Amino acid sequence: MKQADFLQMIMPFKDKLYRLAKRLLVSSEEAEDATQEVLLRLWSKKNKVGTYSNVEAFAMTMTKNYCLDKLKSKQSGNLKLVHSNYKDEHTSLQREVELKDSVSFVHEIMEELPEQQKIIIQLRDVEQYDFDEIAKVVNMNPTAIRVALSRARKYIRQELIKKHNYGVS
Amino acid sequence: MELANIEKLVEKYFEAETSVQEEQKLHAYFSQQNVAPHLEEYKPMFQHFSNLREEQFTRNVPLQPRKNYLKWISVAAVFVLTTGLFVNKWHKQRQVDKAFEDFKMTMSLVSESFNTGASHINHLAQFEETTNKIFITENN
Repeated sequence: MKQADFLQMIMPFKDKLYRLAKRLLVSSEEAEDATQEVLLRLWSKKNKVGTYSNVEAFAMTMTKNYCLDKLKSKQSGNLKLVHSNYKDEHTSLQREVELKDSVSFVHEIMEELPEQQKIIIQLRDVEQYDFDEIAKVVNMNPTAIRVALSRARKYIRQELIKKHNYGVS
Repeated sequence: MELANIEKLVEKYFEAETSVQEEQKLHAYFSQQNVAPHLEEYKPMFQHFSNLREEQFTRNVPLQPRKNYLKWISVAAVFVLTTGLFVNKWHKQRQVDKAFEDFKMTMSLVSESFNTGASHINHLAQFEETTNKIFITENN
């Protein structure tokens, strides 16, 4: 596979990889690193990649696993401290400026979701994958995905309503 | 689209029973300006999802440098090593051969001079012959 063919192939889904990585890793720098790593791994396997039936699902799975590994190693190391410092500063700034901005509040709620639900929400509501495609990436059966998705959506709604009422009273 | 339909879809949406097409309808509905007041609270959610969909990966990925240089370096190293060993062995063999030739030459030189020395010993036989002659004649 030539470089041009490869670029052509990853074109439609490289943004999706990045967005999934960013949802999980939060920082855009890290998400870019993760995406680059995944793409380079794909490139190093370029001869095999052509034979896969669904390269996009394969790449998404790779990204998911890579990010979860990253998060796991971050939790065990002291990097987490650095990261949460960064996050805290960020949100407190944001909170001051955009306290009333519900859209950014949705973002905060989404960050509270467990990883699995984050992935599913990302794949379904942002990338609009159907359940079969999601099943391939997260390795769950469609019913379990439906349950997790419903739970995640309801959680966002519940938190959003809480915030709404708080704003009113 | 009429409101009742949207309400039904929203309900189904939270049970995760909507299809991708139905969710696209919801996204379309919530992205417009006039949303029914009692559905207004869901608007940020859909708006946020739409915002997230806009993010793009802009970094250029350096694809070439990952070529397997290591493989070729190791192949070259093996080649150099084997030729080195071979040349070394061949050189040693040549040294041994040369030493052997030298030794052979020295030895043949030695044997030659030994032979010339030995040829003079033949004259000693003359003495014996003569002595014999003398003693034989005396005895008679």
